Amino acid sequence: MTDKPQRLRIAHRDFNSRLIMGTGKFASGEIMAAALEASGAELVTVALRRADLSGQHGKFANILTFVDAKRYVLLPNTSGARTAEEACRLARLGREATGSAWLKLEIHPDPRYLLPDPVETLKAAEVLVKEGFTVLPYIHADPVVAKRLEDVGCATVMPLGSPIGSARGIETRASIEIIIEQATVPVVVDAGLGAPSHAAEAMEMGADAVLVNTAVAVAADPVRMALAFKAAVEAGRAAYEIGLAPKRRDAEATSPLTGFLNEP
Amino acid sequence: MSFASEFNSLAVAELSAFAQNATAGDVEAALARSGRQRTSPSDFAALISPRAAQPQYLEAIAQRAHELTIKHFGRVIRFFVPLYLSNECINICKYCGFSRDNPILRVTLTLEQVVTEARYLRDQGFRHILLVAGEHPHFVSDDYLRDCVARLHREWPSISLEVGPLEVEQYRPIVQAGAEGLVVYQETYDRGIYDALHVSGPKKDFEWRLETPERAYAAGFKRLGIGALLGLGPWRNEAVALAAHTAHLLRKCWMSQLTISVPRMRPAAGGFKPAVNVSDHELVQFVCALRLTFPEVGIVLSTRESPKLRDNLIPLGITLMSAGSHTEPGGYTGQGREKLHVTKGGRFVKPPMPVIESEGEHATVQFEIADNRTPAEVAVRLEEMGYETVWKDWEGALNGV
Repeated sequence: MTDKPQRLRIAHRDFNSRLIMGTGKFASGEIMAAALEASGAELVTVALRRADLSGQHGKFANILTFVDAKRYVLLPNTSGARTAEEACRLARLGREATGSAWLKLEIHPDPRYLLPDPVETLKAAEVLVKEGFTVLPYIHADPVVAKRLEDVGCATVMPLGSPIGSARGIETRASIEIIIEQATVPVVVDAGLGAPSHAAEAMEMGADAVLVNTAVAVAADPVRMALAFKAAVEAGRAAYEIGLAPKRRDAEATSPLTGFLNEP
Repeated sequence: MSFASEFNSLAVAELSAFAQNATAGDVEAALARSGRQRTSPSDFAALISPRAAQPQYLEAIAQRAHELTIKHFGRVIRFFVPLYLSNECINICKYCGFSRDNPILRVTLTLEQVVTEARYLRDQGFRHILLVAGEHPHFVSDDYLRDCVARLHREWPSISLEVGPLEVEQYRPIVQAGAEGLVVYQETYDRGIYDALHVSGPKKDFEWRLETPERAYAAGFKRLGIGALLGLGPWRNEAVALAAHTAHLLRKCWMSQLTISVPRMRPAAGGFKPAVNVSDHELVQFVCALRLTFPEVGIVLSTRESPKLRDNLIPLGITLMSAGSHTEPGGYTGQGREKLHVTKGGRFVKPPMPVIESEGEHATVQFEIADNRTPAEVAVRLEEMGYETVWKDWEGALNGV
């Protein structure tokens, strides 16, 4: 039996696209806007630290100029925050400035590998959910942390495939499989997806969505790469819904033991 | 363990010798490992060797540096701008224009004057500011620095300082006022040269300076900048020590964003002649070797270099740039002009020429810059090169103010 095609549903909101896009590292705002368009993404994350939160719409300091808030659900993120306190403060400012209560909660105290701090993330999620934010936390592929975040009311969990920007693909496969198996909220594989095949793999595994940024932003042709990821996400999702054939070690004849019954 | 104790047991001499004598095999192995596996101090030494400077290797190293920079940072360059608060200094350093014994025009800006200069820079687009001052506990006290930061933090999401080293307890109120980064160059990692060049003043203490980034980290600074002033000693020796310092800080100050600068000597008051000339070729090799060894570390490029070289260094690993810089207090809007003076024995002395009301008179620069393009012109050039200028990449809310 195959599943019917389903739309992605996060916090009572339906999305046709299962590809969430990031907005960092692009060579220009225009190229970024074109890549977002090509990706078909409906949910787009933006680093609050790159936005003008002063309310003055500074022309030099506003990445938001290039993300059409009427077309995309804006998912501001807290990148740069090292503690729950910093993330909460930034989130509140961001909500005021952008009008979006959706939040990609990222707390990575280590600027080198940008690995998330589970303790601070859980603390911040608890506070922000109570304050009415729709919280999508970036986490290690840790099934227990995922459950704890669900318990405090997060709208998704976003486990990493490998470190941000590393393009190493899904190195945390075994743990992500457990997270997907146990989840009651959408699972978004975030970070480390360096090739469309990585995105397809996540979708085939049953992830509800993927988030991609670096692989598109630094591609020689970001628009075509966005199209490639879009196709891969759709292919992977379709394969998951249809159901993949089980893997076997050896080649297998169709009916080695009972085939004789059909012989004349 | 602080870097000072690690540095004492660091085999700088052996690594420098290896940097001189690396073979083609050493260079190829280092190149193959870079950005893929953990690299060793000797890999870095091989990458800065004369062998690696040969065209067939240097181009391959540059290609790899470019690839790693794009991968980790994307096609973006972050802009910052220095604002000189004061050129008073109690140190005598043979190479520095601000050296106490140079009879130069000096001034320390008042808070209002600092705000005026900063507003001018903000209007140009900048959101990352670097406050620079000579070392003078009286004119440039820690309270003064804290007050400057407190006055600026509402309009500046990111404030860094490059000032005389302080104690942890002196740094803390400055961080609490909204400062985010601290920059301190060791100048030279060679103790003998350091001792000879730093004639008198607190800067003479090599270890006090060497441990400054760690004190800054303990006080809560989120960005740390280090560097060596190229031209004071053999550059390969400086490079291996700087790389060791970087590796140490990455491990110990794991929550800080680290940046490296490789400033070359520029003409300055006092007329110091660099002991060593570091060529463009060597600077390129150095920057690429840093990128290959530390793919995630920021590399800073100032207006000390010419437009042509700056443009060509960008793809090789640069992530932060200043533009349109002035290296004297009041340089942007003429603030403080009425108080220009010469300082002798800690006392103000009337300047040797009438400067008050005289248009064009200004405090003496720390060094001459080599790229006179405006920030807007540099941003346009970056766009032509396929890079986005990022003016704002931080938010005051992250600083806990």
